[in-house]
Amino acid sequence: MRSIPLPALIGLFITGLFLFTAVFAPWIAPYGVSKVVGDVWEPASGTFWLGTDNIGRDLLSRLICGGQTTIFVAIAATVVSFVTGSILGLFAAVVGGWIDQLMSRFVDLVMAIPTLIFALVVLSVMPVTIPVLILVMGLLDSTRVFRLSRAVASDIAVMEYVEAARLRGEGRGWVIFREILPNALSPLVAEAGMRFIFMVLFVSTLSFLGLGVQPPAADWGGIVKENKDGIVYGIPAALLPAIAIAALSISVNLVADWVLDRTSSLKGGRNA
Amino acid sequence: MPKPVLSIDNLKIEATAYPPGEAPRKITIVDGVSLSLDKGKVLGLIGESGAGKSTIGLSAMAYGRGGIELTGGEIHLSGREIRKAKGRVLRSLRGAEVTYVAQSAAAAFNPAKRLMEQVIEATVSHGRATRKEAEARAIELFHKLGLPEPETFGDRYPHQVSGGQLQRAMTAMALCPQPDLVIFDEPTTALDVTTQLGVLAAIKGAIRDLGVAALYITHDLAVVAQIADDIMVLRQGKTVEYGSTEQIITAPQEDYTKALVSVTAKEHTEKTSDQPPVLEVKGLSAEYRGMGRDVLSDINIAIQPGTTLAVVGESGSGKSTLARVITGLLPQKAGDVTFDGRPLSHDLKGRSRSDLQELQMIYQMADTAMNPRQTVGTIIGRPLQFYFGMKGAALRARTIELLEEIELGAGFMDRYPAELSGGQKQRVCIARALAAKPKLIICDEVTSALDPLVAEGILKLLYDLQAREQVSYMFITHDIATVKAIADTIAVMHLGKVVRYGPKSSVLSPPFDDYTDLLLRSVPEMRLGWMEEVAG
Repeated sequence: MRSIPLPALIGLFITGLFLFTAVFAPWIAPYGVSKVVGDVWEPASGTFWLGTDNIGRDLLSRLICGGQTTIFVAIAATVVSFVTGSILGLFAAVVGGWIDQLMSRFVDLVMAIPTLIFALVVLSVMPVTIPVLILVMGLLDSTRVFRLSRAVASDIAVMEYVEAARLRGEGRGWVIFREILPNALSPLVAEAGMRFIFMVLFVSTLSFLGLGVQPPAADWGGIVKENKDGIVYGIPAALLPAIAIAALSISVNLVADWVLDRTSSLKGGRNA
Repeated sequence: MPKPVLSIDNLKIEATAYPPGEAPRKITIVDGVSLSLDKGKVLGLIGESGAGKSTIGLSAMAYGRGGIELTGGEIHLSGREIRKAKGRVLRSLRGAEVTYVAQSAAAAFNPAKRLMEQVIEATVSHGRATRKEAEARAIELFHKLGLPEPETFGDRYPHQVSGGQLQRAMTAMALCPQPDLVIFDEPTTALDVTTQLGVLAAIKGAIRDLGVAALYITHDLAVVAQIADDIMVLRQGKTVEYGSTEQIITAPQEDYTKALVSVTAKEHTEKTSDQPPVLEVKGLSAEYRGMGRDVLSDINIAIQPGTTLAVVGESGSGKSTLARVITGLLPQKAGDVTFDGRPLSHDLKGRSRSDLQELQMIYQMADTAMNPRQTVGTIIGRPLQFYFGMKGAALRARTIELLEEIELGAGFMDRYPAELSGGQKQRVCIARALAAKPKLIICDEVTSALDPLVAEGILKLLYDLQAREQVSYMFITHDIATVKAIADTIAVMHLGKVVRYGPKSSVLSPPFDDYTDLLLRSVPEMRLGWMEEVAG
């Protein structure tokens, strides 16, 4: 086992911290998430470590619980996006021909529409619940995963070991999951880190615009929205969730970089 | 006595290795190599891949590829020590006093520039001649190297000339600045055997006429025997034997050199069989979509059980296409393929499981023929699982049995392909094919990417397996020596047609047709003066 480089260690530590807080949020948060406990926009103090928000709820508790929502939605949407995107992408690359053309052009079509606008349109006609939110985000994002996995897989699909499997008479399942997927994994894993961060930003943007997580449930984008008016008066409440988003993004990227580095040194990776 | 152009003394070259999961460490690539080269002489460096021959060649201009350091010894070029020379000194040296001819001319030329511009570029930029003089010199070199229309040849772009011509153009580029030393790094290895002869003769003529010194790097002893005055045999970065060409070829001292000299001399007596053929191809033709002409036309061949058909030809002759049609990867346009008495479907989907099982294929590049993420055990075990439904202990036992058959043993079960040498990889591929209990194995250039001694081992293994398992081979190759070693029948292919077909003894004895004659004459023989006889 090679020693883990320092940036990756920092990334792992901060990411781990975020995940831990997200999982145990209800036990860690000092106050209830939507309980009014103080005055409007109280400054940081011994009782309220980060102060209170626009209607007097404890900001730290809201950040912790909001993190749980944001991270959960982002992870779920990444999973949806990866499962759909990579399976369809690998399938398209292996099958080829007009099926591949049809799928790829359809993906081009979807990608031609700005994702945010597409999501806003869909969410404004659908009931905004967490599952709908996850599905919409995941499916829209799967177009990008589709492109990446199709590109990686078409490189691998022409290798002789894939030809050998086809000559042996193997079915499509074996070719996709046993011959191609293990060799396509390392760029996909690195991409997963990136996609997760985009999901965090995406759900925060949607909440900020009022079409994401609905109040009184907290999430980071929503907290920014609720407290944005305070900035005019020099109250930093809106900046705190922004800092949380930035910290999470950077640390996940540090980890993803390290994973890519580590796996691509084996044969079959992006830099092999 | 004049000073030698190049003298290398006790050279040591090291590189930093990064083994996965361990701390980086230094490895020695070349150790204690000394040589000296006089004006007008050619020294051949020979050895298998990894022997350090290219590294030594490049060190003659004090250059090391990425990660390589010239850590010890002395390199004198025309009397100056250059190993420790500064970048500025080296810059004025390289491309002027020492020049380099690479293996792949196609990759070494800029496709967007005309040949003349590239041939004279270094000469002009080093101030060795004015543009006009350099152009005149280049045209003269084009003449010498036997290029067509030397006056206007330089106006062409790289894609407008053949591979052999491009290799000659690169030789012209190297000779244009009138260097003291030229390094030839496998200049004919990527060429077809019939083209190789011409390029070799042209290079030899030009070196002789201009009186430069040359280092000639190759893995083919027969080639170097034609061109070199002295030969140095290298192995794992050390000198095995260093002597005159005559001494090395006729009276090698070391065992390793003896093995190299005798490697191409193997032959076996042909077997015949009167059983019905295992594979019969009748009136076969095929084309690639959108090409508009036949890549294969009217192919008629048959393979008897337990025998080997060698399909010989240059690149582009349609040998591999024939294999693709027989395996069903490329549907034929016309004609029939009969396998073991039953007609084979044109495409892969229409073939039965037993068709697939009894017809196996081994590829040239064992590297890409094995999934890098599967262990040797999985690779060999999968056909057993797939065709015979083997599981658990039985599967493991049979896999080990196969590993022993290919002379590797159970210890290789859990290794990944990246942990195997080239020869071991090819053996695993053979075991994978054998696992299916095939009646016919198509071997597509299986020994071409291997070093001569390793290739010899693979051929012997294939030969022994045939005797034991009664399997037939269709052996695709461009190498006549391989054909002599393994074939019972031979099909010579040229431009998509079989131009000569029959038992080995009759195909390889006169009267020849024009093409077979050319092919046989072009194969370098391991004796002095062979090229002069053939090239006239």
